[in-house]
Amino acid sequence: MDFAFYMAGAVAVIATFLMLTRVNVVHALLYLIVSLLAVAVVFYTLGAPFAAALEVIVYAGAIMVLFIFVVMMLNLGDRAAERERQWLTPGIWRGPALLAVVLVLEMFYLLRSDAAVLSTGAVDPQAVAIALFGPYLICVELASMLLLAGLVGAYHLGFHKAERRARA
Amino acid sequence: MAEVPLRDGLLLAAMLFSLGLTGLLVRRNLIMVLMSLEVMLNAAGLAFIVAAARWHQADGQVVFLFILAMAAAEVAVGLALVRQIYERFRSLDVDALSAMKG
Repeated sequence: MDFAFYMAGAVAVIATFLMLTRVNVVHALLYLIVSLLAVAVVFYTLGAPFAAALEVIVYAGAIMVLFIFVVMMLNLGDRAAERERQWLTPGIWRGPALLAVVLVLEMFYLLRSDAAVLSTGAVDPQAVAIALFGPYLICVELASMLLLAGLVGAYHLGFHKAERRARA
Repeated sequence: MAEVPLRDGLLLAAMLFSLGLTGLLVRRNLIMVLMSLEVMLNAAGLAFIVAAARWHQADGQVVFLFILAMAAAEVAVGLALVRQIYERFRSLDVDALSAMKG
């Protein structure tokens, strides 16, 4: 378990550093996704499988899709096709793929190792849910209001421009 | 189960946080700035998970859930703002916004 923690942590730090040094935003996004997956493995080794699953689904899934969506949306123009071809050259994915392979091997190692050993120190999703909807219920309501405010705000900011263009 | 020491977990969180902070200060692309913010929020969540693992309590994971919800809302509004800024200034450079008036 210790070994898996340090390895995933090293992958997370390396991927984050490579993300910061990329010039191209899409390449940086690839490394950021690897970094988030590595942090998810760290969560798993720390005995938080529920947080690890949420990290993959919400961070590496939903939030990264938002980023990619906006990056692709901003690059509408004559140069877009050429730039996209440049982004998708085979050499680009080698770095992120290598780091991801390390994580995959680690995942197999963790799944093959004794599951009972893992669960002794783990906080299972049931305990998290009981805490979440027990003493923290008011915070859940506040978080839902925050998400609603974010939804309305994003809709307003995104809609404003389309409306203006329709009038012009 | 061999416990990961608290110090090492917090050290990893601190390293990721300082990397994110460096990116926030160094990079001038607005999308890169938002991504660095994500890294920093993620590192803060990692610190909570480490603490939750240290004391075997669910509270740290609960707080991580709230950080997750906050990050999602922040990114949605932030990216909508990025799009507005790009429409208005035709640039994603942070320095292009330093003369914002009215």
